[in-house]
Amino acid sequence: MRSFTRHKGIAAPMDRANVDTDLIIPKQFLKSIRRTGFGPNLFDELRYLDKGEPGKDNSGRPLNKDFPLNDARYQGASVLLARENFGCGSSREHAPWALDEYGFRAIIAPSFADIFYNNCFKNGVLPIVLNEAIVEGLFVAMYEQEGYSLTVELDSQQVLTPEGEQHGFEIDHFRKHCLLNGFDEISLTLKESDNIKAYEDDRREAAPWLFTQLS
Amino acid sequence: MAGRTLYDKLWDAHLVCERDDGSSLLYIDRHIVHEVTSPQAFEGLRIAGRKPWRAASVLATPDHNVPTTSEQRASGVDGIEDQVAKIQVQTLDDNCDEYGITEFKINDDRQGIVHVIGPETGACLPGTTIVCGDSHTSTNGALGALSFGIGTSEVEHVLATQCLAVKKMKNLQVIVTGSLQVGITPKDVILAIIGVIGTAGGTGYAIEFAGSVFESMSMEGRLTVCNMAIEAGARAGMVAVDDITIDYVKGRPYAPADEHWGSAVEQWRDLKSDSDAVFDKVVELDGQDILPQVTWGTSPEMVLPVNGIIPDPQTKTGVERDGIIRALEYMGLKAGQAITDIAVDRIFIGSCTNSRIEDIRAAAAVVSGKTKSATVKEAIVVPGSGVVKLQAEAEGLDKIFIAAGFEWREPGCSMCLAMNADKLEPGEHCASTSNRNFEGRQGYGGRTHLVSPAMAAAAGIVGKFVNVNDL
Ligand code: SF4
Repeated sequence: MRSFTRHKGIAAPMDRANVDTDLIIPKQFLKSIRRTGFGPNLFDELRYLDKGEPGKDNSGRPLNKDFPLNDARYQGASVLLARENFGCGSSREHAPWALDEYGFRAIIAPSFADIFYNNCFKNGVLPIVLNEAIVEGLFVAMYEQEGYSLTVELDSQQVLTPEGEQHGFEIDHFRKHCLLNGFDEISLTLKESDNIKAYEDDRREAAPWLFTQLS
Repeated sequence: MAGRTLYDKLWDAHLVCERDDGSSLLYIDRHIVHEVTSPQAFEGLRIAGRKPWRAASVLATPDHNVPTTSEQRASGVDGIEDQVAKIQVQTLDDNCDEYGITEFKINDDRQGIVHVIGPETGACLPGTTIVCGDSHTSTNGALGALSFGIGTSEVEHVLATQCLAVKKMKNLQVIVTGSLQVGITPKDVILAIIGVIGTAGGTGYAIEFAGSVFESMSMEGRLTVCNMAIEAGARAGMVAVDDITIDYVKGRPYAPADEHWGSAVEQWRDLKSDSDAVFDKVVELDGQDILPQVTWGTSPEMVLPVNGIIPDPQTKTGVERDGIIRALEYMGLKAGQAITDIAVDRIFIGSCTNSRIEDIRAAAAVVSGKTKSATVKEAIVVPGSGVVKLQAEAEGLDKIFIAAGFEWREPGCSMCLAMNADKLEPGEHCASTSNRNFEGRQGYGGRTHLVSPAMAAAAGIVGKFVNVNDL
């Protein structure tokens, strides 16, 4: 996993509630057997005026001028400001893959859907929950000021604004630890192999029917 | 010690260890795999030089990408016209062959939607932990199991370690008391619940569905309800084990048999919340109040009873108002319009929510002896598995649909997410028995209305939404 310690970047808006993972990366792109190549199709149905297809050259496609990520002022943005229940719906990890590849390192919202929230950490993207009033304040400031950028510090668990405000956020200790160090979670778990085997032996004894070969 | 909830019991029984860093390792009994969220996980395994920890715990099948017409299905994987999709299905076959994983391949009679074949084969059992790289894995919780969707990195993690590093969720109990009115289905119940608690209402919780309505509900109905726990924001939904559960499981191909059956049932009998268990949150609905439900917007919480009137955004404020305005625009609907005035272009009966035999029977009962409305372009019925299909055909249900002008298809996810050729055209309205009405979900620009199988069938006959009881 890629590590995350501190990041400063331009903020861009995704100003609606309940943004689902279908909207983040539409299903036709899920046919890929790779982990990369999704960035150009992030928010495809909002970003372009025509219908995107895998393998299609995106450079000549008509852009939706009203979509903020197409606006010059948000070019190079790496912090996404979003509304409640961001990332709901399908468990597709293609959503954080697409956000990451586009360049987003952190997403700030009043709440996230559980599976999406979890998937972000596996890819070094930091989802940050701040309360609704604070997020609203950040939206207002971002709209007012071109090039508005935010700094995210994982160690101190703070979002810093250009005005010098500091907004603390909660994060689970284990996730923080993995992200700060860029740990490979599978290797960490395999350190517990003896425990897993011991559990498995007990389980096999208690419920042998779960251990037969399916055929 | 305070009593434990069903979720607490399932958690405790699968806890391998709690680590110093505060995380817990949970043992996974059963891992279900499909073609869309697994290729990158197998690739990761290969790159790291790892092998599956227990390949025998895994069951795989292709479902999302498979075509549903008999012509295309006749030649198996080679019949998939979409070359990108074909590679993905082929990759699943190759990975399963390489690692010795049991797979129901495209034309195996047992192939079907992952969440339909799990319970149907007995691969998913009470008291187990089940994961799959798919959010609707919550379905299997109906068996009294802890079952939830995971991302691709976690698919790789479970393949490699048979465990997941997870944090315990909170407990939410959703109680539906009393009994349901005639013609009200499990789908209406879960849509009504989502209408009350919202699509984020269950975020951070495992939901236990309890109360007399669920106690008297069939296992297939409970599967429908738990399927949509994720649409209420909860990764896992579950129902306590009772005689209905045990009768359902008995005799399934992978269920314990002979000398194991007795001890299995004995263990399963304890899979219910203790009477003094404490839930972090409790929501209660009266079953009598629930009417047939129809979604009108682009989130499952945008739902109304069939006699409802589309809301006026100006009565709301802020993000909520903006959301309604956007949804109405996308759906081509107006505030004040009656649900029964919405004309439908296509009907989709299928998906892991509503493609089991009881669903197919309910839809067939409505269309029997009637004809599809001329204004409906297409009505497709897609059974959830080969087993459901054969059963329906044995009962002659396929003939009822065909006589009414509905199409009878091969099993798969189909128009639930339109990764294959089954999709809506821009602007078309669909009465769909699936679980998500997100923008573009059933096809670019398509407009989805979530309903029960009986309501979808009725809309197919009338061409508009109607209370199935009035038909
Ligand atoms: S039927 Fe729909 S919701 Fe169910 S697994 Fe398939 S795509 Fe997902």
